[in-house]
Amino acid sequence: MSKMPDSSLITPKALKHLKKRRAADARFRLYGIAAIVFALSALALLVIAIGTRAYSATTQYVYQTEVLLQADLVAPEGETSEAEITRNIEGFYTLVRDKLFTEFPEATQSQATRQELSELVNRLAVLPLAERVAANPTLIGKSIKVRVPLSDDLDLYFKGSSPKDVTVRVGSAGKVQTDAEGSINLTGTPGLSKVVSTRSLLEEGQTTGSVLLAGGDAVARVEALTADAARLTLLTGELEDLTQTPLIAHIIPLPEAERPISDQQIAWAIALKKAGNARRVLHTSLLTHTDSTYPELAGTLAAIVGSLLTMMVTACVAIPMGIFAAVYLEEFAPRNRLTNLIEVNINNLAAVPSIVFGLLGASLLLGTFGLPRSAPIVGGLVLALLILPVVIIASRASLRSVPPSIRSGALAVGASRMQAVFHHVLPLAAPGMFTGAILGMARALGETAPLLLIGMVAFVAEVPNSATDEATALPVLIYSWASNAERAWEPMTAAAIVILLSLLVIMNVVVVFLRRRFERRW
Amino acid sequence: MLQQLGQLPMGWLLTALLLFVVSAGFSIGRIRAERYSLSSSGKFHSRPNYHGYYVAMWGLAPALILALAYLLLAEPLARDLLTRELPAAFHRLPKAELVSYLDAVSAVSAHGAYDGSDRVFTAVTHRYLELSGSLKITTLAMILLSAVLGVMFARSHVSPDFRARQRVESGAELFLFLCAAIAIATTVGIVASLFYESIRFFSQVPVTDFLFGTRWNAQTNAEFGAVPLFFGTFMIALIAMFVAAPVGLFAAIYLSEYASGKTRAYVKPLLEVLAGIPTVVYGFFALLVVAPGVRSIALWINATLIDVGLANGPVFAAQPTSALAAGLVMGIMVIPFVSSLSDDVINAVPQTLRDAAFAMGATKSETIKQVILPAALPGIVASLLLAVSRAIGETMIVVMAAGQRARISFDPSTDLTTITVQIVALLTGETEFDSPKTLSAFALGLVLFLVTLCFNLIALRVVQRYREKYE
Repeated sequence: MSKMPDSSLITPKALKHLKKRRAADARFRLYGIAAIVFALSALALLVIAIGTRAYSATTQYVYQTEVLLQADLVAPEGETSEAEITRNIEGFYTLVRDKLFTEFPEATQSQATRQELSELVNRLAVLPLAERVAANPTLIGKSIKVRVPLSDDLDLYFKGSSPKDVTVRVGSAGKVQTDAEGSINLTGTPGLSKVVSTRSLLEEGQTTGSVLLAGGDAVARVEALTADAARLTLLTGELEDLTQTPLIAHIIPLPEAERPISDQQIAWAIALKKAGNARRVLHTSLLTHTDSTYPELAGTLAAIVGSLLTMMVTACVAIPMGIFAAVYLEEFAPRNRLTNLIEVNINNLAAVPSIVFGLLGASLLLGTFGLPRSAPIVGGLVLALLILPVVIIASRASLRSVPPSIRSGALAVGASRMQAVFHHVLPLAAPGMFTGAILGMARALGETAPLLLIGMVAFVAEVPNSATDEATALPVLIYSWASNAERAWEPMTAAAIVILLSLLVIMNVVVVFLRRRFERRW
Repeated sequence: MLQQLGQLPMGWLLTALLLFVVSAGFSIGRIRAERYSLSSSGKFHSRPNYHGYYVAMWGLAPALILALAYLLLAEPLARDLLTRELPAAFHRLPKAELVSYLDAVSAVSAHGAYDGSDRVFTAVTHRYLELSGSLKITTLAMILLSAVLGVMFARSHVSPDFRARQRVESGAELFLFLCAAIAIATTVGIVASLFYESIRFFSQVPVTDFLFGTRWNAQTNAEFGAVPLFFGTFMIALIAMFVAAPVGLFAAIYLSEYASGKTRAYVKPLLEVLAGIPTVVYGFFALLVVAPGVRSIALWINATLIDVGLANGPVFAAQPTSALAAGLVMGIMVIPFVSSLSDDVINAVPQTLRDAAFAMGATKSETIKQVILPAALPGIVASLLLAVSRAIGETMIVVMAAGQRARISFDPSTDLTTITVQIVALLTGETEFDSPKTLSAFALGLVLFLVTLCFNLIALRVVQRYREKYE
């Protein structure tokens, strides 16, 4: 631009103006990029936020042990019927609890510590064991390996989320002595200086949190701490074990009163983990259990089955009706006021808020027709009405893409209009119609609000057998888990979301596959 | 005997019966037509299959209508009959209690005759089983009878010059029309049920109190002034549009005017993923990430303002759930609604307009700002209107992240409640269908429906006009 022949148009002023205009153009382009980056990073943040939390729910800490199924505890009155054994949760719980008591005999001294130790495992956690024995009563009297989930708070502690702890390797321990007052003194341990510095960093100079020292099978609480010595209280194990290397310090900055698990319980848990009795296993109960009030026992099975039943009802109603309606509107409808009205109606229904469909279901299906509350049949019908416009619009687009020459050809050899449509047009439009139907089903699968209004939010502890049983659906389960206050529900909710999203991804992959495989351009 | 009949699995029986009627009707018609065609030398107008379809159609139609009527009406009818026979003590119960008693009766009866210590309850369930048993056996008999009559009637028509194909086809067309008319029936159902319940509500609470009152306290059946809810809905939708309108619009412009084909092929589906994520997932995201973020930023601003000396106390409420958090996430959710439709309308602007502007020496951004956007404006406005309607009707995000307190506040870090949040709050849990509390949810639903209807109708109209203009 610099060396141009003399021309009245290219003046320095014009060039300056041009530069400005180009800069404006570049800025405008940048806004566009910024908008896309914003939207995509929001998507990425959402996926990462949910993915990381769901990841911690893929595993679970369980207490693994071997118990002898004593007949007097498991089947106290000589009962071997399935129902009786399953009902006898107390007996199975006693088995597991007694096993814990033998591992930590110090807990049996007082009622309070017994209670504290029992809290490591939830009472209802033995239900799968009870069901297993009930299904196979010959196990009674034998010794079997069992795994019961640890309480949700311990699970969170092991996974490092709450209460958080920081472990410091103290290295080799010095001498351990018990003084006249019965307190234990650890001396000559230079590694403790690291604990002191880390602790002051974590607690900002205060010492309200706890420090636990673990060596061998023993765990002790630090009562007073200097750079190379400490006064301890033994929480579990033998005193001599504390001199074993490596000695490890667990610094828990949160004061004991502010957390759901005590130092004693953490000590037991650490000892269990060291002995290999508390292990991290794949969290299969997430898929095989039904809902529960305890996060460590809850699963999504009932909700998945409920969702499937609901989807079945929706598919049976919405897909054929949507396709037939599309065929009528696209192939047979005369151009008159009525069909015009139907079209406007369908376009409008596609944009009606989903909660309004819930109101329709609550008032008409539950109120007027008296259909059962919380049942997949009602949910399925409401969702069918909700996705009907989606299916109709997609099916019409698919019918429209079939060239008129196909119809003309069929009509020319003497087919009636009905025959031309059903024998020639419909098979060609079918892949497009099915992709539309699957997209509609995907929308229905993720829908929550209408289901809340027809009572599918109820707590359902049993897998529904039929479309008229009480049931809940996966998105509704996500909603109710997300509204629970306990921290442990957070990863569970995220995991349920991942299950839901994977179902949706599968449906969309099928759509992409169908499109690639069958779509043709005429 | 009747009690045993009361336990018949009607769903399976009806399906089996209808299938039987169809296949029997088809074979009867077809066989008869074939016999004729073998015996007579003349040509048949329709192929035997069509005669079969014709007979099956006549068998199925009345049976299907009866079966549907049974499915919808049997339960209310049985309950009504049972209620009439109940002793007077039951009639003095509140309606909700009676309904839940009847719910228990039908739930228990589904598992067979009940025999327990409660003698009244046992007797009632037995009677209920008898009643539903007689209903079931009557229905089955009526279905069978009507099917036989229909089949016999149709069978008498089968003859060489009977135009069976035309009959079948017009029957099929009627069926297709009925499917299409479901859309209308749905709208009618929505409007009718919302109006019906709203009128019942307004007979207890004056319309003006509802529309102009500023205090909302529905859970205690006390105050029904919905202005705070309208305000909350409006506020959150506004925040959402502040995010979605610029982001969606610029994304659409970039994708349709600047981006290379490859970028477009990757970015467009990714943006549409945002529309495919269930709203309950957005709600969890808002609750988990955005609301705490908004809260800590608000707290930080509060502290800074006090430090600097610009304020004496906290300026922002900094609630754990806030209008801003819900609005931001909702904005992210509606981005694809703005961007897809805007993208379509921008692409629909004829290339000649662009070429003309470039020929005049305009830069790309000048072409877009001064030629393309004005030409696409109606469509863009329509896309924004549809997005607003989506934001107003969105439920799960606000239920999880916006809060429950009805109030009017311009502080974005405070919690506001919306129409949809209140509908969910009022209709979940124990609901009695007569209290103004439950009915108010339908009045709110009516407002929501009418407002979104206006937005949708205008938007759809604009889009339609616009398409006509350039096609």
